[in-house]
Amino acid sequence: MPRILEVRDLVTRFYTPEGVVHAVNGVSFHLDEGETLGIVGESGCGKSVSVLSILRLIPEPPGRIERGEANFMGRDLLSLPKEEMRFVRGAQIGMIFQDPMTSLNPVMTIGKQIAEPMLEHLGMTESQAKDRVVELLGMVGIPHAKERLDDFPHQFSGGMRQRVMIAMALSCSPKILIADEPTTALDVTIQAQILDLVKELRDKLGMAVIWITHDLGIIAGLAERVMVMYAGYVAERASVRDLYAYPQHPYTIGLLGSLPRIDGRHARRLVSIEGRPPDLLQEPECCPFAPRCPYVIDICWDENPKLRGTGHQHEISCWVNVKEVTPEKVTAVHE
Amino acid sequence: MSENNILLHVDGLKKHFPIMRGLIRRQVGAVKAVDGITFDVRRGETFGLVGESGCGKSTTGRVILQLYRPTDGKVTFDSMELTMMRSEEIRRLRTRMQMIFQDPYASLNPRMTVGQLIGEPLVIHLQMSRHEQTERVHQLLELVGLNPKFNQRYPHEFSGGQRQRIGVARALALNPEFIVCDEPISALDVSVQAQVVNLLEDLQEKLELTYLFIAHDLSMVRHIATRVAVMYLGKLMELAPREELYEDPLHPYTQALLSAVPVPDPVVEAERRRTILEGDVPSPAAPPSGCVFHTRCPLAVDICRDVVPEYRQVRPGHFVACHLVEA
Repeated sequence: MPRILEVRDLVTRFYTPEGVVHAVNGVSFHLDEGETLGIVGESGCGKSVSVLSILRLIPEPPGRIERGEANFMGRDLLSLPKEEMRFVRGAQIGMIFQDPMTSLNPVMTIGKQIAEPMLEHLGMTESQAKDRVVELLGMVGIPHAKERLDDFPHQFSGGMRQRVMIAMALSCSPKILIADEPTTALDVTIQAQILDLVKELRDKLGMAVIWITHDLGIIAGLAERVMVMYAGYVAERASVRDLYAYPQHPYTIGLLGSLPRIDGRHARRLVSIEGRPPDLLQEPECCPFAPRCPYVIDICWDENPKLRGTGHQHEISCWVNVKEVTPEKVTAVHE
Repeated sequence: MSENNILLHVDGLKKHFPIMRGLIRRQVGAVKAVDGITFDVRRGETFGLVGESGCGKSTTGRVILQLYRPTDGKVTFDSMELTMMRSEEIRRLRTRMQMIFQDPYASLNPRMTVGQLIGEPLVIHLQMSRHEQTERVHQLLELVGLNPKFNQRYPHEFSGGQRQRIGVARALALNPEFIVCDEPISALDVSVQAQVVNLLEDLQEKLELTYLFIAHDLSMVRHIATRVAVMYLGKLMELAPREELYEDPLHPYTQALLSAVPVPDPVVEAERRRTILEGDVPSPAAPPSGCVFHTRCPLAVDICRDVVPEYRQVRPGHFVACHLVEA
């Protein structure tokens, strides 16, 4: 599949009164046409900032994209003029966010909001756009779409608002849909509806998807490849099948072990990752996971490991070959 | 089940919040947050109460502790009927029943040190001397895995997981037997959730605690609970021992709810069949007639629209409220 997006060595920092927040520290990844990539990590791992940087949606100041490239259909998004960037965001890359209530305009009818990008970027007439809005709302499963054009966002439930967001994101038939935790605020039965809808639309429209989440469960059923982030770095990247079956970064191993499963196939006692998430005010000189890592060895404290391949399309940023370390040895190293 | 094995008995519990309108604040309706639920909690068990937002699970926890007085029904704790007691008597019973809150950022007073936060109940209920208090605070901090030297620090100096440990220490200060855990881990990062759950499990074993564990995370409840009740729009849909509920759910709502939870395993996910419920949860101010779930139930028949299904025991220890489930 041809590559549609290639991000290289992205660095984004925030200059706050408390100090410099090292949010994204040299992240590279790519996305192929029609593919779904999952980006997984906990709060503050840089998963959202990476993607917002690519779309140049980082508030500057305090944020600053320090370096990097993001090639999208032959152009570097990070150096594109503002006007052209608006076109990319409006028509070529769609986005849906966690909280539709804050991303929708509360004093504008949803009919107008969904039509806006089509009037702006596709040069449609009002009546063409209106027809398309009705079609889009029907496609995302909003009943009686025609009668709801003049409704305001607050007249919709959380799940329905997220559908409105999806309709808006898809209005100009984007090449990529970026979803930033769009189901985190929703109940699990509504989440299932939205996941089902996105899968169906993705397959129908053939678009590529980047799905950002902290929930490893969602990614397992949705994505082809997955990238685990920690402290602004890529910790591990692999095909979904590989990552869940043979996780190799101690952080990924810890995360998977800490999750209980609805089918009950997990250990009687959860594996907890000791310690706390990293402080991003310090630029790490060692492996950022070292303070919490049960496999830590001397070199981890001296040098931050680079991403390296360990198998077919499988990469980790770790000095240790976890597979070769027996549990006894691990304990010995840890103590 | 012998009587003294039951620590808490909830019988036909209701909590309706009035909806007021107009200048003279006339009552025009009621939000039926909890609408007639019955269950027992046994000594030493973890009773899981699950459901989606707005189903009334948190209100249930608060009404049980009499933080809200119920509209109707009874709550009996260790053979004492709490619903008949005066506030003063309830206050004395607080030494035996405590609560851990969801948000460790909102539930700790930011102007009090950790020592003061954990020591407060000791002064109020046990009139401990300063010296005894310091000693007990140290002991509690150690118990929840925090450094006792932290007792002079303020909540903002701690991470979410550590704050939740402070919340746990505060709840344990008076040596309670029963703790309502209201979504104690949902505000925490995934890697930290397991720490707090393991802590709760260890403390339960060490201190012989009984938990009412309220949560929307069905996977975590499967891990921690001994019996589980499923709530929808203020009513219990199903209650069963853990394994039975997850392996053989009888209520269509439980079945759909369980099937909606993703499993972190692509091989399993590829094979799974989902029941996707249509529509949204109706408002508890105007719940549907008959079975409250009938508007979203894929199996609903005529009787479901008109008749409220009886909540009854269909197998030993397995209760269901559904017309379609045979005893």
